Amino acid sequence: MSFLRIKAMARKEWIQIRRDRLSLAMAFALPAMLLIIYAYAITFDVDNILTVVYDQDKSSTSRDLIARFAESKYFSIVASIDSYRDIDQYLDSGKAKVAITIPFDFSKNLHIGRPAPLEVVIDGSESNTATIAQGYIAGIAEAFNQHQSIVPVAPVIDLRNRVWYNPELKSRNFLIPGLIAIIMSVIIALLISLAVSREWDRGTMEQLISTPVKPVEIVIGKLAPYFVVGFADTVMSVLIATLVLRVPLRGSVPFLFLVSAIFLFGGLCFGLLISIGARNQLTASQIAMLTSFLPSFLLSGFVFTISNMPAVLQGFTYLVSARYFVSVLKGVFLKAVGFHVLETEVIFLALYGLAIFLLAVKRLRKRIE
Amino acid sequence: MDRAGIAVEVKDLRRTFGDFVAVDNISLEVAKGEIFGFLGPNGAGKSTTIRMLCGLLMPSGGIGTVGGYDILKEAESIKRIIGYMSQRFSLYEDLTVEENINFYGGIYRVPRSKRGARKTWVLEMAGLTGRKDAVAKTLATGFKQRLALGCAILHEPPIIFLDEPTSGVDPVSRRNFWSLIHDLADGGTTVFVTTHYMEEADYCDRLALIYRGKIIAEATPMELRRTHMKRDILEVEVDRVGDAMEVLLKAGIENAIFGSALHATVDDAGIAAPEIRRTLESSGIAVKRVEKIVPSLEDVFVTLIEVA
Repeated sequence: MSFLRIKAMARKEWIQIRRDRLSLAMAFALPAMLLIIYAYAITFDVDNILTVVYDQDKSSTSRDLIARFAESKYFSIVASIDSYRDIDQYLDSGKAKVAITIPFDFSKNLHIGRPAPLEVVIDGSESNTATIAQGYIAGIAEAFNQHQSIVPVAPVIDLRNRVWYNPELKSRNFLIPGLIAIIMSVIIALLISLAVSREWDRGTMEQLISTPVKPVEIVIGKLAPYFVVGFADTVMSVLIATLVLRVPLRGSVPFLFLVSAIFLFGGLCFGLLISIGARNQLTASQIAMLTSFLPSFLLSGFVFTISNMPAVLQGFTYLVSARYFVSVLKGVFLKAVGFHVLETEVIFLALYGLAIFLLAVKRLRKRIE
Repeated sequence: MDRAGIAVEVKDLRRTFGDFVAVDNISLEVAKGEIFGFLGPNGAGKSTTIRMLCGLLMPSGGIGTVGGYDILKEAESIKRIIGYMSQRFSLYEDLTVEENINFYGGIYRVPRSKRGARKTWVLEMAGLTGRKDAVAKTLATGFKQRLALGCAILHEPPIIFLDEPTSGVDPVSRRNFWSLIHDLADGGTTVFVTTHYMEEADYCDRLALIYRGKIIAEATPMELRRTHMKRDILEVEVDRVGDAMEVLLKAGIENAIFGSALHATVDDAGIAAPEIRRTLESSGIAVKRVEKIVPSLEDVFVTLIEVA
């Protein structure tokens, strides 16, 4: 292996990256944009659920109950209606997700101590929102019950929840660290997927493989400058996450960047492997997009919990390097854990990187097929 | 030829792509310091051959050596002692002249002590002194060609392979290019060059003519003319070249169109000339001139193809 040749290769790639303004802009603008858009678009926090109320009782008690819904930030009362037909209309058109009907005898039943049913219709087409809305409604009804009883009913179990790591249960805190892994996977794969295929397209590869340069020198020389770009990207994403999106970063920053570097290395080797196999730029970028985005998005545990997947799919996730990086990011950001807890993930990422690197070197053959 | 004097040697070299035979069992020898021309029309198998010699393409059959190294087993050793310039003048178009030279200087590991001198040499040779900061894609084809050659031979390899180095280049640049090749050969470099320009054949010390994957002749340019052209060539200038060709072919006279005239191949020019004139005029085609000419290599090639 010749340091001189690696240096020549790396310097040439670096100049090419610098001159390719469009790709460079993509390398930095895209992660920033995606992070910010996703931070606001992907949220599982359910609040301001559009609600209509059909108050048949029209008593002070029923108004009190409605006020409790209106005051909670979870519901927003869009209208008071006067018939069941209106419920159909609001739910069908999507103007409301929840319809609460307070029956004629609601306050009467309450006062004489009889069960007072409350009728709630929930739009189940968004099942996640529906489930959460159901929970909130039950909670408000429970609190209302306690308040109405003259003597508070002592519950058998006094449940006092305490949520660790993300006490406000903000979905952003849980999504953004994982999202960094997804974005990095896609961006680095896209960037480097052109590195070898472009040389085949332009005919420079034929020239290059006629020289004594070794495959390992080409691979390292091409990886190095993209590694710098990818690392700068990671630093930028972490800064956006913490400073702009206010996601808490509780763990060790050096550890975070060390693992990012290992992940980056594997991701770049993977993109390079695609580039070596594809031999033209269009195919390379399409394959890179598919193979980096889909597995990292669906199978990394970023959104969809791996332990809830069918066993076969769970097996697949072990092959997705983003899975390990997502665990590390979530762990470092939210739980402040380090190597002693994330040992397996870090070792796997390192082995994955090394394996793909060796594969890329082996696949880069200095022959025209 | 003794073994030590041989730079390139192949025997029964063959390459197929599926059913298509691109190179059909060719054998040739190139002496050290020789300019060896590999002539043939597009698609004859020139590039395929040169790629196999450079260790870029695995032969389907046959054996061979370049600089004493086996083309099947020692491709990477071959790559250390050759310079190769592909058909596409493969420079990095987004890099400047100097950056291209620096890159290949690093890849070929030109020693630090020599690097400055080699760079100056390439810049001078390519006529790019003072334009080292020009981006390669802005250069005219002639400059690109010489810069690509300079990059390919930065490490002063003893054997160089040039694949169609003059295609698409203007005539003046082509002439300059060939004088450059001669300088290299005078310095002891072996040059293996392909071209489809027949008129460039005379620049070569020795030639092989390749047609449909087969070598149909191999000799010096003079020998080719002498041995393969025992017959005479008559240049016939007429009004309607196409019709004239038909008429002569019907009369059993071999001929082909060359530019605006016909070249007829005959056994004896003295007897055939009046006969041709008579045949054409009796078919109502005006004949301006019938003249015996020295056969060009193109004539030789056409004749050989007809035999093949």
